[in-house]
Amino acid sequence: MGALNSLPDEPQYVGLAEKTGFSFEQIGILHKRFKQLSNNGETLRREDFNTIPDLLCNPIRSEIIEAFFDRRNFRQTDAVGTVHEIGFGEFLLVMSHFRPPSIRLDDEQKEVIRMEKLRFLFNMHDTDNDGTITLEEYRHVVEELLSRSGALGKETAKGIADAAMLEVASISMGHMEPDEFYEGITFEHFNKLLKEFEVESRMNIRFMNMDTTTLCK
Amino acid sequence: MALSCQPLGSFPPRLSVCVLLIVFVAAASASHDAPQDGTHDPTNVTHKKGFPVLLFNYDHVRTPFEISLWILLALLMKLGFHVIPRVSQVVPESCLLIVVGLLVGGFIKAIGEKAPALDDTLFFLYLLPPIILDAGYFLPVRPFTENVGTILVFAVVGTLWNAFFMGGVMYGVCQLEGGQLASVDLLSCLLFGSIVSAVDPVAVLAVFEEIHINELLHILVFGESLLNDAVTVVLYHLFKEFSAVGTVTVLDGVLAVVCFFVVSLGGLLVGAIYGVLGAFTSRFTSHTRVIEPLFVFLYSYMAYLSAEVFHLSGIMSLIACGVTMRPYVEANVSHKSYTTIKYFLKMWSSVSETLIFIFLGVSTVAGPHAWNWTFVVVTVVLCLVSRVMGVIGLTYVINKFRIVKLTKKDQFIVAYGGLRGAIAYSLGFLLPDHPMKTLFLTAIITVVFFTVFVQGMTIRPLVELLAVKKKMETRRSINEEIHTQFLDHLLTGIEGVCGHYGHHHWKDKLNRFNKTYVKRWLIAGERSMEPQLISFYNKMEMRQAMMMVESGSSAKLPGLISMQNIQPKVESRGRTIPKISKGREEEIRRILRSNLQQTKQRLRSYSRHDLFADPFEDMNENLSEMRFRKQRVEMERRMSHYLTVPANRQETPPVRRVRFESDDQESSRESSGVRARNVGPNSSPADAISVLEESPPLRPNRRSDGGARRSAEHGAPATDDDDDDAEEEKGEPQTQARRVSDPGPN
Repeated sequence: MGALNSLPDEPQYVGLAEKTGFSFEQIGILHKRFKQLSNNGETLRREDFNTIPDLLCNPIRSEIIEAFFDRRNFRQTDAVGTVHEIGFGEFLLVMSHFRPPSIRLDDEQKEVIRMEKLRFLFNMHDTDNDGTITLEEYRHVVEELLSRSGALGKETAKGIADAAMLEVASISMGHMEPDEFYEGITFEHFNKLLKEFEVESRMNIRFMNMDTTTLCK
Repeated sequence: MALSCQPLGSFPPRLSVCVLLIVFVAAASASHDAPQDGTHDPTNVTHKKGFPVLLFNYDHVRTPFEISLWILLALLMKLGFHVIPRVSQVVPESCLLIVVGLLVGGFIKAIGEKAPALDDTLFFLYLLPPIILDAGYFLPVRPFTENVGTILVFAVVGTLWNAFFMGGVMYGVCQLEGGQLASVDLLSCLLFGSIVSAVDPVAVLAVFEEIHINELLHILVFGESLLNDAVTVVLYHLFKEFSAVGTVTVLDGVLAVVCFFVVSLGGLLVGAIYGVLGAFTSRFTSHTRVIEPLFVFLYSYMAYLSAEVFHLSGIMSLIACGVTMRPYVEANVSHKSYTTIKYFLKMWSSVSETLIFIFLGVSTVAGPHAWNWTFVVVTVVLCLVSRVMGVIGLTYVINKFRIVKLTKKDQFIVAYGGLRGAIAYSLGFLLPDHPMKTLFLTAIITVVFFTVFVQGMTIRPLVELLAVKKKMETRRSINEEIHTQFLDHLLTGIEGVCGHYGHHHWKDKLNRFNKTYVKRWLIAGERSMEPQLISFYNKMEMRQAMMMVESGSSAKLPGLISMQNIQPKVESRGRTIPKISKGREEEIRRILRSNLQQTKQRLRSYSRHDLFADPFEDMNENLSEMRFRKQRVEMERRMSHYLTVPANRQETPPVRRVRFESDDQESSRESSGVRARNVGPNSSPADAISVLEESPPLRPNRRSDGGARRSAEHGAPATDDDDDDAEEEKGEPQTQARRVSDPGPN
C-alpha cells in the first residue's frame, strides 16, 4: 500500500509503535497529519491548532489544546508544567490515550488502560497541577460546556457545578461535619465517581489504517 | 400448571373468580345461538304477560362484554403469577401465559365450542402497535445510534441469510424425504423460511425484560428485532406473490431490492413526518394539558396505519415517530402528561403482550394442524443452526469495524436471544389458502413454542452461568452527564485534530443543526434555547425534590453534606450578616419553628379542565405526624446551617425556583414544605401565594398555567433570602409551603 512504501523513519516508528501501541500505518497517517498541521515543521505550537476549523466551534477547545502541551500526558513520571511546542513523539503519545483497548487484554491490563484515560481527563480538569480539582476549576469546566448559552450560562454553571461537587463529596466522603471543608476532587474520588462511566469503552476514536486525511482538511 | 399447585385446603378467591370467568367466556361464546327471551313480541297483544321486571338481553352487549372478559382474564392471570413467587422466577411470564391460553383453548374445545383464533387484523392493528410504540418511545437512543451499524447488519443481512438458508435447506430436505413433502416447491420453502426467520420483538421484550442484561446486548437483540420488519415484509410479499406464479425472474429480484429500500426508508419517513407533526402540535398545548397524551398516541397510531396503507414497514414507522417526537414533546408537555403518557403506554403494551400470548395458546388448540415429524424437527434444528452460524459469521465481519468488539459471550447471547413469536404465527395465518398452510402453521407454532419455552426458560440461568454483564441500575448523576458532554466535545475535537470526519463529528453537526433550527420550531417558549445540561440538571433537581417529599426523610439527598462543606471560606469577602449570639439564634429558631405550623391555605375551585391541584394532595393524607416531625427537624438543621454561613448573595442566584404550596385544608401541617420560604411580613393568608421573585438575569417563565408559574429550586443559595428575611422580620415572618404546578417533564 502507498502508506507503507513511504515510511522514512522506520526505526523511529518502531520505537514509537512500542511506546504507544499504534500500528505502522496509523503512525504514518498521523505523521502526515502532524506535518500538515505544523506546515512541515518539526514541532507543533499552540497557534497551529487554530488552523483546524472543527476545533473553532468546540466549547472546550482551549482545554483540548492545552492537553497536548501538558507534560503530565507525556507518560513521563512526575513531569509537570506545560511546554510551548511538541514534537511528533509527544503528539503521538497524547493521541494514544484515545486508542481503543485491544480485545485480547485481560482485566488487569484493561484496568491500567482505564486509569490512563481517567488520568488524562483528570489532568484536563486540574489546570493548576495541584492534584485536586477544586470547585473553581470544576466551575470553569461547566462554564465552558455551557459557554454557548451566553450570559445565562455563567450563573447556571455555578449552580450545576456546585450540585456536582456536592454529589462528589457525598459519594466520596459520606458524611461531613458542618465545619469540615472538602478540598477538591482527588484522583481516587474521580475514579470512584466515574466508576460506572465505562471510560475505557467510551473514550476512544477510530484511528484509520487507510489514508483518508486527504479527504478532509 | 401454576394455578393447580395451590394448596388444596383453601380455594383461593382468585382461582374461583378465574374459573368463573372461564366458564363465563365459554358460555358467552356458546350462547350466541340461543334464542332470546320472548320480550320482543309486539304482534301478540292478546297474550299479556306481567310487566317484565328482569330481562336478559345478552346480544346487545355481547362484543364489548366478551372483549372485556378476555382482557380481564388475561390480567387476572398476570396477577396470579406474581402471587406465586417461585414459579415466576423460574419460568418467564410469556410461557405461563401460553400455558394458560392452552388450557383455556382446551376448555373451550372440550365444551364443544369453536375457540377464537389469533385473527391477523386483531393482531396487527390492535395488539401489536401498543407494544411497538412503547418500545419505540422509550428506546434508549444513545446506545441505539452508537450501535446502529451493527444492528442493521444483523437485521438485514442476518435475516436474509436465515431466510434463504432455511428455505434452501428445507427444500433440499423435502426433496430428499419425498412422500408427502415432495410437493413442496422451492418458492414455498423460501416463503416459509422468510416467515420463520425473523426475530420477534414481542418475545424478545418479554424475555429480556426479566433478565436485565447489559444495555449493549439488549439494544443489539431488540434493535435487530425491530429493524428486521422491513426485510420480513419485503420477503414475505415477494415470495407470496411469486409462490402463486411459480417463477422469479432477475428483474423481480432487482425490484425486490428496490422495494426493500422503499419499504424501510418510506416507513421511516412517514414516521418522522408524523413525529414532527406531533412535536409541533405539542408546542401549542399549554392551555389544554389534559389532552396532551392523546396527541402522542394518535399521531403514532396514524403513523403506523398510514405506513400499513402503502405496505411500508409499520413497525419502523412507529419507531421513527416515537423517537422523533420524544425530545420535543417532553420539553413541551407538563409533568403530569408525561407521567400519563408513560403509564398508558406501559399499560397498553402490557395488556397487549398478555393477550397475545394467551391467544397464541388458544389458537394452538383451535387451529387445524398437520404434523410431520421431519418437517417440524428439521425446522426447529435449522432455526437454531442458521441463527448461530449467521451471528458468528456476521460478528466476524462486524468486529473489524467496531471499536468495542463483541466477545464470544456477547455472540452467544445474541444468537440465543433470537426468539420467534407471534408475528411469525400471524404471518403464517395470513397466508392465502396454500396447500401446505396447515403444515407450515404447525411448524411455526412448534418453533415459537420451542424458542419461548426452551430458550426463554434457560436464558436466565445461562446468563448467570456465563456471568454476562448485567444492567447497571444506577441513575444518571449530574457528574456523569457533565462528563458525557465533556467527552463528546473532547472526542469531536480530537477527531478534528486527527483530521478525519468520524462518528462524533457527524453527531456534533446533527446536534448543532437540531439546536439552531429544529428546536426553535418545535419547542414552545423559552425552553427551546435551553442547553441539554441545564434541562438535565433541572430534571434532576425536580426528581430529588419530589423524592424528598415522598420519602419524608432527608437521607436520600446528599444533604449530609451541604453547601458550606464545599464553599471555600472566604473571609476577605466580609460578612454581610453580623455574628449573632447563641441566644438570638435560639430565639430566631423558635420563631421560625412556630411559624412553620401556620400554613397558608387557599381554597381552589376544582375544575376538570384545570390541572391546578396539588400533586401532593394524596400524600397529605398519608403524612404521619412522625414524618412531619422529621421534616421539621431537618428544616431546623438547615436553618441553623444557613444562619451561620456568610451569605454570598451575589454569587449564585438560582436559575429558577420552585414553589411548593400546600393545598390541603388542614391548618397544622406543613405537608410538603421542604424548605420554607419567607415572604414579606405583610402578606395575608388570603393572598395568592404564587408571588415569585426572579433574579434579573433569569428568563421569565412565560409558560403559565392559569397564573401559576413553575420554576425549579436551586440548591443552597436559595437560602440567601432566608437569611435576609430572618434578619429583617423578627416579627411574624410567614412561611410558605411550596407548590408545584405543572412542572416540566421529569
